[in-house]
Amino acid sequence: MSVSSIDPAQSALSAPEPSTFGEEGEAAKEIQGRSPWQLAWARLRQDKVAIGSAVVILLITLVAIGAPLIAHLVGHGPGDTYPFIGEDSYGLPIGPNRTFLLGADDLGRDVLVRVVYGARVSLIAGVVASALAVLAGGIVGMLAGYFGTAVDTALSRFMDVILSFPLLLFAIALVSLVGPSLTVSIAVIAFFSWAVVGRIVRGQTLSLREKEFVEAARSLGASDLRIIFVDILPNLVAPLIVYATLLIPASIVFEATLSFLGLGVVPPTPTWGNMLSDSLPYYKVAWWFMLFPGGALLITTLAFNLLGDSVRDALDPRYARLFKA
Amino acid sequence: MGAFLVRRVLFGLLVLWIISVVVFVMFFVAPHDPARLLAGRQATASEILAIRHNLGLDRPILEQYGSWVWKLVHGDLGFSYRGSVPVRDLLGSRIPVTASLAFGAAVIWLVIGVGAGVLAAIKPRTIADRLVTFFALFFYSMPTFLLGLFFLFFFFFKLYTAGFHLFPGSGYVNLKDDPLGWADHLILPWFALALVTAAVYSRLTRGTMLDVLGEDYIRTARSKGISEGRVIVRHALRSALTPVVTQFGIDLGALLGGAIVTENVFGLPGLGQLAVQSISDQNLPVIIGIVIVASLFIVVANMCVDLLYAVLDPRVRLT
Amino acid sequence: MIHAVAPGSAPQDSDVLVRVDDVRKYFPIRTGLLRREVGRVHAVDGVSLEIRKGETLGIVGETGCGKSTLARCIARLYDLTAGTVVFDGRDISRLSRRRMRPLRKGIQMIFQDPIGSLNPRRRVGSIIGDPFAIHGISRGEDRKHQVQELMRVVGLNPEHYNRFPAEFSGGQRQRIGVARALALRPKLIIADEPVSALDVSIQAQILNLLTDLQDEFGLTYIFIAHDLSVVRHVSDRIAVMYLGKIVEVASVSELYARPRHPYTNALLSAVPVPDPDQADQRERIILVGDVPSPINPPSGCRFHPRCPKAQNLCTEVDPPLEVKKDDRAEHVAACHFPVEVGEKLSRARAGIAQPERQAAVEVSHEAVEGAIGPKEKT
Ligand SMILES: Nc1ncnc2c1ncn2[C@@H]1O[C@H](COP(=O)(O)OP(=O)(O)O)[C@@H](O)[C@H]1O
Ligand code: SF4
Ligand SMILES: [Mg+2]
Repeated sequence: MSVSSIDPAQSALSAPEPSTFGEEGEAAKEIQGRSPWQLAWARLRQDKVAIGSAVVILLITLVAIGAPLIAHLVGHGPGDTYPFIGEDSYGLPIGPNRTFLLGADDLGRDVLVRVVYGARVSLIAGVVASALAVLAGGIVGMLAGYFGTAVDTALSRFMDVILSFPLLLFAIALVSLVGPSLTVSIAVIAFFSWAVVGRIVRGQTLSLREKEFVEAARSLGASDLRIIFVDILPNLVAPLIVYATLLIPASIVFEATLSFLGLGVVPPTPTWGNMLSDSLPYYKVAWWFMLFPGGALLITTLAFNLLGDSVRDALDPRYARLFKA
Repeated sequence: MGAFLVRRVLFGLLVLWIISVVVFVMFFVAPHDPARLLAGRQATASEILAIRHNLGLDRPILEQYGSWVWKLVHGDLGFSYRGSVPVRDLLGSRIPVTASLAFGAAVIWLVIGVGAGVLAAIKPRTIADRLVTFFALFFYSMPTFLLGLFFLFFFFFKLYTAGFHLFPGSGYVNLKDDPLGWADHLILPWFALALVTAAVYSRLTRGTMLDVLGEDYIRTARSKGISEGRVIVRHALRSALTPVVTQFGIDLGALLGGAIVTENVFGLPGLGQLAVQSISDQNLPVIIGIVIVASLFIVVANMCVDLLYAVLDPRVRLT
Repeated sequence: MIHAVAPGSAPQDSDVLVRVDDVRKYFPIRTGLLRREVGRVHAVDGVSLEIRKGETLGIVGETGCGKSTLARCIARLYDLTAGTVVFDGRDISRLSRRRMRPLRKGIQMIFQDPIGSLNPRRRVGSIIGDPFAIHGISRGEDRKHQVQELMRVVGLNPEHYNRFPAEFSGGQRQRIGVARALALRPKLIIADEPVSALDVSIQAQILNLLTDLQDEFGLTYIFIAHDLSVVRHVSDRIAVMYLGKIVEVASVSELYARPRHPYTNALLSAVPVPDPDQADQRERIILVGDVPSPINPPSGCRFHPRCPKAQNLCTEVDPPLEVKKDDRAEHVAACHFPVEVGEKLSRARAGIAQPERQAAVEVSHEAVEGAIGPKEKT
């Protein structure tokens, strides 16, 4: 068989065979093997909002890690009460001064030290709960989407049911039975967040499964396991990262809410949520008691939301940014 | 439409059934003595025995479940161990408060969210758009209870000390006793609860509105000389509302959760305050009652939203 | 041209690489909570074919007629609803996925979409190296050398080993797909519309590459396309498909000289003719209506609602694929009233009512003279 029989009039088919590699005019780009990750990273590095929020998150993380050091420097432990120097003669918390840089709380404890320790709980709860939710949602969503049929129907219905549960109330019910703790909070948050991730991952797997590159892998004899890990998973990593960064602030808020309601980490361990709860009766006399934990909480969630938005933008510029006009 | 309705109601019933099983297992089967829990902390051994007998805990599990559900269906939620009030009556007195809070907040969040979204969409990349974006991010990152605290501090306390006695800091009055007082007591809680969620709606509306405004039929409508206001309200807004309705269904659970939190900030005597109190009292019949009633509300409301959605967008009936 | 078989003689068994016998693939349509089956897409509905060693069999037919499904059935990417596929003397139609695995080395596919068929998150080197990895043939530096050699063979720069698919142009991406298909030195390559998504100016390059590779490696091709002009230049024989069935098979020259099935005639009349004089002379056959749904295919001959020669018999009896009078042994057609040489199909009038006539009026009043208009009932 040869192509010499091509009708010369069909110029379309008789274009000369080029000898060069950079065929068809559209010259191959000069960038050498820049992966989609590298491109995203490059975009992220040019994004001032992303840099700013990443720096803030980094600082908060450092502060959380260095909490004992800060406590040592200040000279007050997170649970130490100073009824005489931390409260005035009426027993009310005293405001910011040289000993208590951010003031004291209702029991005469150092607000600065407690806010710093509170960051630990928030970050751990936010990161761990999001990681668990993304992991569970990713696995379940991928299985449902990839294997389809009965597995899919069962898992999808299960996720639908979870999504129609009144979360906070079930969290309340659960905590009332097993008693509050950080572990319970994390479990509750993860349990009620994974289904959202699962639903999205399922949808994306479903469309990836129909892609020709999966068909190609199958025609080469690849096993399901290989297809899942080599062909599907790498395409899910980007959305999973985006969901993780957006889940973290949501989980932090959830944890703070549980703590605020007395359903989270048990006092005297300081969390931003239980500090705010303690501050509620004192908001008229001790603004610092409310402002500093509240401000720390808000700054943290803001930073994570901004970063998540930038990450989404960098990974897939086609998405509309949530918070950028 | 009929088939869709049947399917949707069946799914709602399925969810309710699952919730009943989960609650039953959590409270009655889990490895702890429900009689002891239900009796409260100070109960004596004989009281516990009596309760165990009353609850029929000696009977087989399935039978217990059956009779429990039977009572639930007939509105029998048992008695609060505090003062032996029927849980049903207790909840009955609290529901109007939570309902007032949730309903008002939902209206505000839809109006503000959609309104801000439309504003941002018709003038994209202007100061107005950027302001809306900024506030959306700000409120989106803000925990409901924190916003409530800030409101208390600024709009109640600071105004009060400055001599403006505009809003009360806490409490509740009945709608039919004093409608103005009712609204006055609720206005801060309403906004605290609404603004956080309104943020999401403004982004959602802005995005879909921008998409819709770019479409051909809108351009056609404009080129026909139809006024801009009419184009936006009649054509664009209509399409933009569909995702808002879906999102609203998803957010009903969040609305209720937010109401619980808000009640505890503003001292509103609703279900949320009762729930938190009941936990510190270990008052399980009340907790169970609240979970069941709230689930019922969410499932039914979700169903209504889905049906509304099916009316707005006929395609969903097929799936 | 590689002709393993003398024209006109029935192929010997040893010459046949693939024998497809009455293959059917139906996709169930399910709805509702219980996933009840409410119908079936008859995507491939009784196809029998032989592909001989070293030849290129072209398969043509409109989009949606079941070409890709047939290809996936032959490559056993789908389980067959019915029928058998014998590859290289071995019945593979019921093999499990595991048992099929070693045989996959022998059958490879090239896909239509140069973007969709390459995983965007993986480097080209690892994509082309996939076959080696999956079958445990080589690893490390060894594999890299093999992959780079393949890249050279298909005309890619081996130095681009570490690039990502997005950094290549459409034609280059299709070369990557070719390299991947070639890696295991298959006996059969099924190319499913390999150039349909490419610019016309690039199509010839890929076609030439495929032809060269066939000569070099002694490959057998099944070459799928939706129009005749592409397959014509690469195929030895052509099978014409309509709505899940093969309606005519012949060598290229036979098919062009003596198209017997009315559908083949219509397809041929749609091939652009470069010479304007010739174009004027040639009759244009405009078909009535649209392709019917494969969910409820028409009774009898599936082409009857659109066929200009349809008679009552056609609505009742499905015509078998057989050698028609005066044709060579390898030229088969499925038609009760095959088109004779010199017959003007554009003048033919169907003897049955064809429901899409209204649509046809609109088409034909703009169409060139001689188009098949609806017959006015007189
Ligand atoms: N996985 C599938 N499920 C249901 N229907 C399908 C599936 N794949 C293809 N079909 C249907 O089968 C018919 C043949 O499709 P296909 O083989 O892709 O045609 P072609 O490749 O000739 O364009 C079409 O009607 C298509 O809609
Ligand atoms: S069998 Fe009848 S309907 Fe079918 S192609 Fe031949 S003439 Fe046309
Ligand atoms: Mg196809």
